[in-house]
Amino acid sequence: MTGHQLLFSIFALTTCGGALAVVLSQNVVRMAFWLIISLGASAGLFFLLNADFVGTAQLLVYVGGTLVLLVFGVMLTASGPFSDFKTRPGETFMAGIVALSLLLMMVFTVCSVDWKKVVAATNQGVPISTAQSVATGFNDSEEGNTARPLGMALLGIRVDHGIDSGANANRIGYLLPFEIASMHLLVVLIGAAYLARAKRRVQEI
Amino acid sequence: MMPLLAVNSIGEYLVSLDFSESIAFTIAASIHVGLVLTFFGVAPLIFIWLERKVAGRIQDRLGPTRVGGRFGWLQTLADGVKLIQKEDLCPEEADKMLFRVSPYLVFVASFGAFIALPFGNGFVAQNLEVGLFFILALMSLEVLGVVFAGYSSGSKWALFGGMREAAQVVSYEIPMAICALIPVITAGTLNLVEIGHLQAGLFTNWLVLNSPFTFFAFFVYFTVATASVKRAPFDLAEAESELVAGFHTEYSGIRWSYFFMAEYASMFAVSGIATFLFLGGWHDGLGLIDLLDKKLELTANGWIGQYIVNVIGLAIFITKGTGLVFFQMWVRWTLPRLRIDQVMMTCLKYLLPISCALFLGATVWPLAIYSVLPKHRTVFSLFGNPTPIGDRLYRKPAVAKVVEKTVKLEPIAETTSVPAAELHGKVQPKAH
Repeated sequence: MTGHQLLFSIFALTTCGGALAVVLSQNVVRMAFWLIISLGASAGLFFLLNADFVGTAQLLVYVGGTLVLLVFGVMLTASGPFSDFKTRPGETFMAGIVALSLLLMMVFTVCSVDWKKVVAATNQGVPISTAQSVATGFNDSEEGNTARPLGMALLGIRVDHGIDSGANANRIGYLLPFEIASMHLLVVLIGAAYLARAKRRVQEI
Repeated sequence: MMPLLAVNSIGEYLVSLDFSESIAFTIAASIHVGLVLTFFGVAPLIFIWLERKVAGRIQDRLGPTRVGGRFGWLQTLADGVKLIQKEDLCPEEADKMLFRVSPYLVFVASFGAFIALPFGNGFVAQNLEVGLFFILALMSLEVLGVVFAGYSSGSKWALFGGMREAAQVVSYEIPMAICALIPVITAGTLNLVEIGHLQAGLFTNWLVLNSPFTFFAFFVYFTVATASVKRAPFDLAEAESELVAGFHTEYSGIRWSYFFMAEYASMFAVSGIATFLFLGGWHDGLGLIDLLDKKLELTANGWIGQYIVNVIGLAIFITKGTGLVFFQMWVRWTLPRLRIDQVMMTCLKYLLPISCALFLGATVWPLAIYSVLPKHRTVFSLFGNPTPIGDRLYRKPAVAKVVEKTVKLEPIAETTSVPAAELHGKVQPKAH
């Protein structure tokens, strides 16, 4: 077993164990804690795959952002200290169906990939991306420099196609869809805030 | 046998000695973690002593004088011994598992930030290309430990402390990230070592003097960073006058001291980021270190000179960081604590709009300099380098070289093969 495999198994087991503990624990705040463990370990898996940017985004967005809001929400709304989370049988049944169908979909996806081809391509040393071609003096993508190719792709320059190649001509990039998604999120947030406020006003009257 | 200090990383050296890759990786990782952990342990020790001295002097006292000789410099160590001996209490009402775990969460989050923080040219445990992003992400996890500590203590004081901390940090993270982005868009990279390289030479090359917007961004960043590591006047989470001790009311002994180690280490972490983003990193501001680098490279054995220069850079960086930490202490013992509504108002009504305006200005500034005032560039170059450094990103390498020559950005191309421990990516998955 190489060091890489050892680290992978540690992170993968922590991710799965944390996820299991989230489902099995009753207290909402403890669930949040186990979710931290699980999401943090999956960020570790991203780092292991040399995807530093995605791993860091995982830490910042999910662990540092969403979970803090979740804990904050629980603390603001909890009726008593350490309130437990009880599910009705119907909810458990529905959640089971959703989880099972998700699992089936993922199993089908994994099985539909021709892994022999992927392994052969990796053995031939097909480069995943060539970040060096953008500018000299930066770490290449095998050392975790994925931020640069990601940023260039947002601007419409796919580094893995080569910057001078015709594939990049008249490319729009992913910046516009990305901005539309973020504006959408902002609208949803404002809408949620408005709804929460309106409810309170009605009660006051 | 090649000299150890000449190689780029300990891991590479070990591999050259016929160690297997995984063993070399493990040994090198332990050495890096050990070094960072030593700094992480020793720095709070010194800062807590310094805090007492500073507080004493500002309040017209002497501070600690007895323990360990003249200046009381062993006071913190004596306190540490006392704290280890204290009973590790856990209240009856508490959620015991979370109560025990949350100090470690704070500790790990604060420690993790130091893994990517460079201590000089090449002295970095893990030279991430997204170093700044990584540090900010990890430091945002610290709040979770504090909130859990407050929630799980089973005490109203602690719960209020935790709530305040959550509200405060969630709001202050936004202007902090925006202010950290301003030097990033000026430099065009998230790699802290590279941002350091860009500020070589005279202090006019420091990013704080790059444009009026980065100048003001430095002060906004420092204010917000002080708030985000919950230092006075923003230490509402542990406001002694109202909340006993806030989120750590119920803690005692070694677990209590973890919170404080993390707090003082985080103070240095945010100061270190400020040093790299605005104050030139390991550069002395007079160009002396670059001169020394060139001199020693020619005369001595190459690697010895490089190493000496790196150690000097480390000393300069730590001096700058400690200076900023000292400033935070100075502020703490000078200004009175704000009320919680004042803290939130300062952030959301003032600092957030200011940082947004600065961000917008910093984006437009280089374009304005380029297009509106092309003839007066020499005048502006007195106040730092007006050309958009990030410009080199959008040019092909050949063009970028020319730009570098004309606007004197010497060190980018040659020196960025940073001699650091980029071990992380070295262990590649091998397909069998």
